[in-house]
Amino acid sequence: MMSINTVMVEKYRNNFLREVEANVEEGEWVKMCMQCGVCAGSCPLGDAWEHPPQEIFMMIRAGKREDVLTSDSMWMCTSCYNCIVRCPRELPITHIMHGLAHYARRLGIQPKNNPTQWFCDVFWNNMMKKGRVNELKLGLSLYFKNGFLSGIKESLKNAGLGLNMVKARRMSPMDFFGGHGVKDISGLQKMIKKAQELEADRIDRHGG
Amino acid sequence: MSDIVASNETIVVVGGGISGMTSALEAAECGKQVILIEKNPSLGGRVAQLYRYFPKMCHPTCGMEINLRRARYNRNLRILTMAEVTEVTGKSGDYSLRVLLKPRFVNENCTACGECEKVVEAEFGDEFNYGMSRRKGAYLPYNMAYPQRYVIDERIIGTEDAGKAKDACRYDAIDLDMQAEEIELKAGAIIWATGWQPYDASRIQPYGYDRYQNVITNVEFERMADPQGPTGGRLVRPSDGEEARKVAFIQCAGSRDRNHLRHCSRICCMSSLKQARYVREAFPEDGMVDIYYIDIRAIDRFEDFYKKIQEDEKVSFIKSKVASIIKDKEDNPVLQGVDTEGGNRYETSYDMVILATGMQPSINREAFPIDIVINQDGFIEPDEKNGAIFASGSAADALDVNRSVQHATAAALRAIQVVNKTAGAGV
Repeated sequence: MMSINTVMVEKYRNNFLREVEANVEEGEWVKMCMQCGVCAGSCPLGDAWEHPPQEIFMMIRAGKREDVLTSDSMWMCTSCYNCIVRCPRELPITHIMHGLAHYARRLGIQPKNNPTQWFCDVFWNNMMKKGRVNELKLGLSLYFKNGFLSGIKESLKNAGLGLNMVKARRMSPMDFFGGHGVKDISGLQKMIKKAQELEADRIDRHGG
Repeated sequence: MSDIVASNETIVVVGGGISGMTSALEAAECGKQVILIEKNPSLGGRVAQLYRYFPKMCHPTCGMEINLRRARYNRNLRILTMAEVTEVTGKSGDYSLRVLLKPRFVNENCTACGECEKVVEAEFGDEFNYGMSRRKGAYLPYNMAYPQRYVIDERIIGTEDAGKAKDACRYDAIDLDMQAEEIELKAGAIIWATGWQPYDASRIQPYGYDRYQNVITNVEFERMADPQGPTGGRLVRPSDGEEARKVAFIQCAGSRDRNHLRHCSRICCMSSLKQARYVREAFPEDGMVDIYYIDIRAIDRFEDFYKKIQEDEKVSFIKSKVASIIKDKEDNPVLQGVDTEGGNRYETSYDMVILATGMQPSINREAFPIDIVINQDGFIEPDEKNGAIFASGSAADALDVNRSVQHATAAALRAIQVVNKTAGAGV
C-alpha cells in the first residue's frame, strides 16, 4: 500500500513530469534538481540559452510542455560536462538535455531552422545510407548549407583541413562517388527500424 | 601520572571543546568521577576560536570562563591535555583505554610569565589562527588557554632555542627531557566529543581558495574579526592589507553537495548572517555585503536575526549557487553565475570573498580506536551496538553551540545511567 506521502507526491507530480520520466533519457533525475543554478552559471554557452538547465527542470515540473519541447535551449548544449561535474546532486544534466532534444525531435515539435538540429539530421541521414559516416559529403553539406556561393567560400577556407584529413587517411576523395560502408547494411537498417518501432510504441503510450 | 585513579564507575570524555567540557562538567557535578582527555595543549576547542556567537552577538569567552571556573573547582574532574586515546577495548560498564600522553616540556611550575617565548626565535604557523599568523616555538595556545601553561613545540627540541627557553625560565618549569608515556584507564562509559573541522575549501576547485588570496573561509574570517586575532580585528584583504568593504559570502561551500559533504552543516547560514554584521559594524557607511545562497536556513528563533539583516539595505541576498570565481588584475575575486530569481547572469567583483565552508567530523571513520556505528557522513550514530560509547555535540551531527551543549548534557545523562548501574551491581 502506498503511504499518504507517496500518494500526495503522485498527486502533485504532473503529467508532463511523468512523461519526461518515462520517455526522456535520464528523465527520472529531473525531480532531484534543487534549483541552485550552478549549471546555468557554469555553462560556457549560457548566454545563448533561452532557458538554462535549471529553468528547464523547473518548467518541466510546472508542466510547461509546449515551452520546453519547442525550446531551442537544449539544442545549444555542446556536451562540455561542466554542469555534470558541478551539480551538487549529481544530475546527469548533459544527458538530460540531449534526451529532451531527442524526445522533441521524435515528436516532431523541435524548433525548425536550428543549426544543431539541422546538422543532427544531416549526420543521421548521411550515416544511415552506408552505415558509416561519409566525411566528405558531410563536410560539404555543412559548407553548402547557406547556398552555393558561400559553400564555395567555406570549402576553399577549409581546403587545407580537408587535404590534411586525406593525408592522414581520415577522409577519401573517392567518397564523393558512393563511399565506404558496413558489410551488412540491410541488417543494420532492419535493426534500427526495429528500435525505432519500439521507441514509437513507448511514445504512443504517452499520447505523443 | 600514576595518580590517576579510574574504575569502571569512571566516565571518560574524549575531546575538550564546548561539548566535551559540558559533558564532563555535567557528569562531574552529578558526583561522578570524570576524566577529560584533550589532544591539544588547551581546552576550548573550536568555540575558543570564535569571536562572537549568533544570535545574541555575545562573546564565547564569557561562557568559556564560566566553564573553566566550574572545571577548576570540581574535585571529580581530572583533565589530561596533549593526550590521545589510542585503543579502546571492553564493553558497556567495563572499558579499558590506552592513552598516549605527549610531552609538553613544561611542568606545573609554569606561571605563564612568557620569558621563554621572548628568547625563542623559531616560528611556526599559529594553529589557533588557522595559520594566518606566526607563533613562537614556546607559546601559550591562546589568551584563555587552560591549563594556563606554556608549551614547547616539539620541533625546537634539540635545537639551541630549547636551551635558551630553559635558561630564561626562572621557575624551573621547563623540562626538556620529558618523554611521551602511555597510560591505561578504566571506564564504565565513554563520551566521544571529538567535534568537527572545517571542510577543506581548496577541494572546491571552481572557487580557487588555494589560488586566490582574497578568497578566505568563514573560520578564518572569524579570527580576523577578533581584536585579538591575526589582524587585530581589522577586516582586511590578505593580498594587500586594504580594508575589505565590499564582501561576498558563498553559502553551501562544500555542504549539501554530493561532490563534497552530503549533509547540511546547519551553522553556515547563521554564521554568515553574523559575519555580515561584522562587516556592517566595521564599515557602517559604505560596507556592502552580498550573500549568495541556495536557501537561507535560519530556523525558529533565528528568523528574527535573519529579518533584521534583511532590513539592512547594504546587505543583499542573491539566490544562486556561484558557479566559479576568477580574479581580476587588482586581485579582486570576481563571482560568476546566474541569479535563479530572474535568471540574470552576473559577474561581480568584490574586495574579499568568504566561503561558508561546512562542518566535517574531525575524526576519520578509520581512525576510531573501536568499532562503532558511524553514518555515511562520518558522524557517530546513536546505536545500541555502541554499548556505552556515546557521541556528544558535533561528533554526532552538524550542530551549533547551543544544540551541541544540549546534546552534550544528554550524553552525560546516558553515561551516568551506565555507571550508576555498574555501581549498583557492586562490581
